[in-house]
Amino acid sequence: MADETPKAAQLLAKINYTPQAKQWMDVPVQIRKGMYCYAGNPKSLEYLGFPNARQWNPVEEDWKLPENWQQILHEGFKERLERFRSIKVFMDICVRCGACADKCHFFIGTGDPKNMPVLRAELLRSIYRNDFTTAGKLFGKLAGARPMTLEVLKEWWYYLFQCTECRRCSLFCPYGIDTAEITIFGRELLNLLGLNIDWIATPAANCYRTGNHLGIQPHAFKDMIDFFCDDIETITGLKPEPNFNMKGADILFVTPSGDVFADPGTYTCMGYIMLFHYLKEKYGLKVTWSTYASEGGNFGFFTSHETMKRLNAKMYLEAKRLGVKWILGGECGHMWRVIHQYMDTMNGPADFLQEPVNPITGTKFENAKSTKMVHIAEFLADLIKHGKLDLKPERNDNKILTFHDSCNTSRGMGMFDEPRYVIQNVANHFYEMPANTIREQTFCCGSGSGLNAGENMEQRMAGGLPRANAVKYVHEKFGVNMLACVCAIDRAALPPLMQYWVPEVQVTGLTELVANALVLPEEQERTTDLRGEPLPGMEEADE
Amino acid sequence: MSDKKWIILGLLIFMVLFLSPFLYNVLIKAGKAAPMAELVLTPKAKAAKECVMPTPYMRTEHMQLLDEWRLKVVRGAQRDFTNAQGKTFEMSLTNTCLDCHSNKAEFCDRCHNYASVRPYCWDCHLDNPQGEMK
Amino acid sequence: MNKFYLSSLLAVLVLALIAWVGAPALPWLFGIVVPYLAVLCFVVGVSRRVMGWSRSAVPFAIPTTGGQQKSFDWIKSNKIDNPSTKFAVVIRMALEILTFRSLFRNTRMRMTPEGRLAYNMEIFLWAGALAFHYAFLTTLIRHMRFFLEPVPWCIQLIENVDSFFRVEISYNPIQFGLPGIYMSGLVLLGAVIFLFLRRVLLSKVRYISLASDYFPLFLIMGIAFTGILMRYFNKVDLIAIKELTMNLVTFKALLSFKVPAGISPLFFIHLLFVSTLLAYFPFSKLMHMGGVFLSPTRNMTANTREVRHVNPWNYPVKVHTYAAYENEFREKMFEAGLPLEIMPEDSTAEEGKE
Repeated sequence: MADETPKAAQLLAKINYTPQAKQWMDVPVQIRKGMYCYAGNPKSLEYLGFPNARQWNPVEEDWKLPENWQQILHEGFKERLERFRSIKVFMDICVRCGACADKCHFFIGTGDPKNMPVLRAELLRSIYRNDFTTAGKLFGKLAGARPMTLEVLKEWWYYLFQCTECRRCSLFCPYGIDTAEITIFGRELLNLLGLNIDWIATPAANCYRTGNHLGIQPHAFKDMIDFFCDDIETITGLKPEPNFNMKGADILFVTPSGDVFADPGTYTCMGYIMLFHYLKEKYGLKVTWSTYASEGGNFGFFTSHETMKRLNAKMYLEAKRLGVKWILGGECGHMWRVIHQYMDTMNGPADFLQEPVNPITGTKFENAKSTKMVHIAEFLADLIKHGKLDLKPERNDNKILTFHDSCNTSRGMGMFDEPRYVIQNVANHFYEMPANTIREQTFCCGSGSGLNAGENMEQRMAGGLPRANAVKYVHEKFGVNMLACVCAIDRAALPPLMQYWVPEVQVTGLTELVANALVLPEEQERTTDLRGEPLPGMEEADE
Repeated sequence: MSDKKWIILGLLIFMVLFLSPFLYNVLIKAGKAAPMAELVLTPKAKAAKECVMPTPYMRTEHMQLLDEWRLKVVRGAQRDFTNAQGKTFEMSLTNTCLDCHSNKAEFCDRCHNYASVRPYCWDCHLDNPQGEMK
Repeated sequence: MNKFYLSSLLAVLVLALIAWVGAPALPWLFGIVVPYLAVLCFVVGVSRRVMGWSRSAVPFAIPTTGGQQKSFDWIKSNKIDNPSTKFAVVIRMALEILTFRSLFRNTRMRMTPEGRLAYNMEIFLWAGALAFHYAFLTTLIRHMRFFLEPVPWCIQLIENVDSFFRVEISYNPIQFGLPGIYMSGLVLLGAVIFLFLRRVLLSKVRYISLASDYFPLFLIMGIAFTGILMRYFNKVDLIAIKELTMNLVTFKALLSFKVPAGISPLFFIHLLFVSTLLAYFPFSKLMHMGGVFLSPTRNMTANTREVRHVNPWNYPVKVHTYAAYENEFREKMFEAGLPLEIMPEDSTAEEGKE
């Protein structure tokens, strides 16, 4: 953790929910260290073909904008009003009732009134009124209109990168106004001027080039997976041999590359490998990984619709090239928002694939009939329901679990009971967090939508406060020591968050839990879990 | 866009509802909405020229006046009402008002029906006491 | 003091003054021309705004899913909050529009001194909003008695229900309750005052409020207040007023251009307020009345992996193809033993062709 990041108690003490007595337009933006991410690397912008690639610094006065930047924004705005009814309607109909105000994790964690979803949208609406409505032109500030200035632009940039597109506000809005939609749109406009952050621009460029967000090249990617196979051999005595880029496999498996590179996602990745090994040995199912489409997560989603489509296209292209029957998706949040609500529309129809059927149970995945991509939690739930997995849940007995619903799989998909069913079948101690913080009302980890950089740690810890607070509650009440999730960004973002607010709780992926409990054919007696920690009852059996 | 026709249909339904008073009167009633039937004054009322109070006052405030009368009679045991001209009347709907306006159907009801008002006077009072007696 | 609500209050007071002074001198202007223009403005404005929305595309299916998806038949799905059929969407929309279901979910966040966050049920905004809208609707329907002759039974039924509770205060100097009170009018005034106080007293809501939030509130407050004044306190000649309103809806007013005599200026204030509201409506946030039907996060089916949604402006984009990828990493892939489309020894010939 960076030294400047305030301690948990300080951060908590700083929060003040009463806004200034001024009107918000009279409060100038202050870009504060710890609350923003570094500017996008010009090389990454260039690689993706984005405009105005240059070195710049958000805290400097001069943002090195093109001469006619106001005109670019105005025209970009106009074009998108025609393209997106959501934006046009959301610009017009907000009544500022304030129901969304205290629903945002960034508002709860910072108390900054411009983090109220309504104000985040008003930042854009004020320009919309000025540029596109008669009332705004006639009455100006009284009608909530203001001209586009450099100050406003900086305000946009600062606050549009303090939203994780989690949609929690949208759930409570009487008109369904979705701040995620506003943020996606706003960031798309900012990208027209080359205003991005590096934690989005560079992963997006890397994903585009190598298929994964760290830019690991194919041979290294394979090496890392092989390395996990060695670890698995140590634990189980069996060495899985995963397939790569295999033509004629039954299923293509795509998961966020984060799981390949960083703990504790790596354990989830080992879980996938063990699961596929089990299914191959037992049922002859052929699952292949792809080094080309090795990133499920879509950093384009945080950039523009076009970039989202460009990155997402790889999944169908690779499935078609390899001739698989359908695609299985790993645990990820926004990857699943893209798959569930955008992929088929953008890059479909996937008529070269088959309607997904689980070859082991015969279950037709009716809900994935057209997109032809199934979530691993759905796949696992189906296998477990049909008794196709040999499980020893007691191996997870030292884990007292709770489950964090990812924002995207919750409010952009509605997958709640599948992962819970899986958890309850592979572990014996499971407790829910309070009702207002889970399922459709779940809180973001605070680092979604490309904000899990290192330089904005204060922002991330503040944004994750509501989530951490709920975990703390079940930790104190039930002794919860393990937070399960189905999202790679969660697995990267929640460990530091827990370290900060509830240090006694660790983070795990769903498939890691499954693999812990899964009895592979002919495995040796396991003494440790995937993390190399002793299994319950094995504490004495030191190797 | 496939939903455009639904939007237009919805808008049309709303506009028809919103403009229904115009549409009803022009299209269905063909502009011949009945005006209010003339009030008929009995000869006795005509002869009296003025009611207990001036006509504009009576037009808007008669219900208030009647309520006051009732209160004074029932609670205060007062019987007489003296107006600004010094004329005294008995405070009685049956004996004073209906004495002149004995034609409820052609007097009271015409306005009340036109304005869709349903006073509760007649819950207790007979509307034509003289008629009953005969 | 806040210039936003002061300016709105001032605007409404000026409107009242204009009607008060102007109507006796120019009754035809305030009684005939202004109302017609207002209705015209409303009809044209609302239609244009809604058609404007309809012209914009809905490129992606982005429903907010507020419950369990439909996946397996052994997992109970939430049919309303995660609708997978058109019918379920209709139910979701109906509940949204008729009962403000999303607002009903509202919670209030509170931080305890120990730094613990709590989320409590917050029902008041929902209750106030519901009271306001239904009182407004009832009041609107009741007013049909001024535009229809004879007054149909259904309108009379609503009047009877609305005036079911009989409250009369008949002691001087307060006399109230004759003619029978309509609940809707009082609830409307009460709810609009509640919504206003909420805006002024809650610091967060005050911070986000604009003049365009206060203005309609004051206007509606004025409409309800003048209405109540005319009915219970400063009574007006109903028959003359109905003569005018009937002339308006039958367009006779356009021929004669005459406003019946004896109508109190109070009525013209009421009428100017209503006209202003109608004319202002299409250019304001009040358009949420139409917009709520068109919100893509609510009115779309959530079976987005089951049925493909078509984007009318979908265009081809530049993609990093597998061929380009293999070209860049072929040697390394070969050494790592990854399958290839073109072997390194053949690729030099291939590249030569390009």
